[in-house]
Amino acid sequence: MSKIIVFVEHNNGAAARASLEAISAAKATGAHVIAVGVMSGNGADVAAAAGAAGAAQLIVLSGEGSSPDALAADLAAIAKENAATGFLAAATSAGRDIAPRVAAHLDSTLFADCTQLSGTPGALCAVRPWLAGKAIATLTSSGPVFCATTRPNAFAQATGGPAASVTTRAATAGGKAQVTGLAPKPGGKLDVKEAPVVVSGGRGMKGPEHWNLIEDLAASFGNAATGASRAVVDAGWRPHGEQVGQTGKTVAPQLYVAVGISGAIQHLAGMRTSKVIVAINKDKDAPIFKVADFGIVGDAFEVLPALSAAVKDLKAKG
Amino acid sequence: MKIVACIKRVPTTEAQVKTTSDSKGLDTTGLTWMCSFYDEIAVEQAIQTKEKLGGDVTVLTLGPADASKELREFLARGADNAAVLKDEQWHQRDARATAKVLAARIQKSGAEIAYFGKVATDRDNSAVGLMCATYLGWACVSDVTKLELTATGGTAQRETEHGVETVTFTLPAVITCNKGLNEPRRANLKGIMAVKTKPIPEESFEDVANQQVVAKVEPPPARKAGRIVGEGAAAVPALIQALRGEAGVI
Repeated sequence: MSKIIVFVEHNNGAAARASLEAISAAKATGAHVIAVGVMSGNGADVAAAAGAAGAAQLIVLSGEGSSPDALAADLAAIAKENAATGFLAAATSAGRDIAPRVAAHLDSTLFADCTQLSGTPGALCAVRPWLAGKAIATLTSSGPVFCATTRPNAFAQATGGPAASVTTRAATAGGKAQVTGLAPKPGGKLDVKEAPVVVSGGRGMKGPEHWNLIEDLAASFGNAATGASRAVVDAGWRPHGEQVGQTGKTVAPQLYVAVGISGAIQHLAGMRTSKVIVAINKDKDAPIFKVADFGIVGDAFEVLPALSAAVKDLKAKG
Repeated sequence: MKIVACIKRVPTTEAQVKTTSDSKGLDTTGLTWMCSFYDEIAVEQAIQTKEKLGGDVTVLTLGPADASKELREFLARGADNAAVLKDEQWHQRDARATAKVLAARIQKSGAEIAYFGKVATDRDNSAVGLMCATYLGWACVSDVTKLELTATGGTAQRETEHGVETVTFTLPAVITCNKGLNEPRRANLKGIMAVKTKPIPEESFEDVANQQVVAKVEPPPARKAGRIVGEGAAAVPALIQALRGEAGVI
């Protein structure tokens, strides 16, 4: 049976949802899925989660695992030893950093941030956005190994599979670059690319001092990240990591709330595949209303507090 | 230190793109082009590296002859050399082919550091810099927002979902540049005049065939027409009802 290697990320043994989605995407093609992760323990928690999502095996790379180039070489070696026909990672920071390196080791091209995978494990087909979603390409590869990253939230995570069988392999020591530290985000804030709900603000918020209104609405949803338009990032109101659009991040949450964002084409490209889009804008002719499922014409400073209170109320009632 | 920056010509961010009638590619007729946003940061970092550590900066692009326009701008900003690896179909090249062609040219240049933008805003793969480094056997740090470099290595910070990572590396290295690393300078009149007639060579290269096969390219699916649920704070209950009942997202 064709084998697909999936790089699995975890946080102290809790497998990342985006990685589990990648495993399920691989499994859905009919492949024998081998998850590979770097971990210090025995991998039991990750093996259970990866197995549930569809992995038959988990290879635990034990060791320091702090060099991305050494890790990529290990992943490529595992792919070669197993004669894998595919290599997948989630399109997260770590996945997007590691997958191109693995692809180059395998002398195979890479399709990043795929939103659909189809075909059979030996002849996979990827659907991915070009120009941040202004066009959608369906691609196949004539390369030796089909290498891709999967967009978080775009693939269903399967459940119910038995725990993956675990083998341990010593990670290659050394490497040309070493990760020596991580300064965690304050308060464990969700990233716009991964959050199921994104609340974004634009120039209509009139200044960074009003962002508490955006943050309040995000907090009332409980599982939301805050985003921003290019205009407000360029103005220095918000960090670039929050920018949604062609020169920022492409997001596809379950719910995207655009507040005071007019909807420039480069912003629309970055969020138009969200499942449901809500727009709140004073200007009834703003282009954002053309892609929004539901709109409120009105002043963000009036609508946001009322909406935050209503969502909070709803969540409290369960 | 020999320093390289690689840039890519991409459609402007405002561009409305159409697919070709055979649905196999993009119709480039009438498209306006620019240097990919993050590649400007890469060139700026290359120039700042030269200013700090000495050496010379070469700006490379795999692209059409006309891309000499962008290259001339970077010469005016302070780059020393530029070259077009001439390919009128550059935008159809896959990540691997682009990386292999650039890696071969970087190898030949004797560079110790090569800067790329973190992503080209046309194919959005974020892959070419990392693949290039891997083909060269070099260190690579991606998505860099802060960089301290010495003659033998450096320390970089990169942005991730979980926070800011610190990465140490040895040279030679590829750095892919994120917004925040620097503020690209503008060329001044003196710089522009000085490079006005400087020749920008067009180079040929050993071709690398694509592995990517385009089955089809389509416009994004149109969104179902939405509706305005009301005006002002009074519309909030109607919105909640729509999100809960109709859309089922909360």
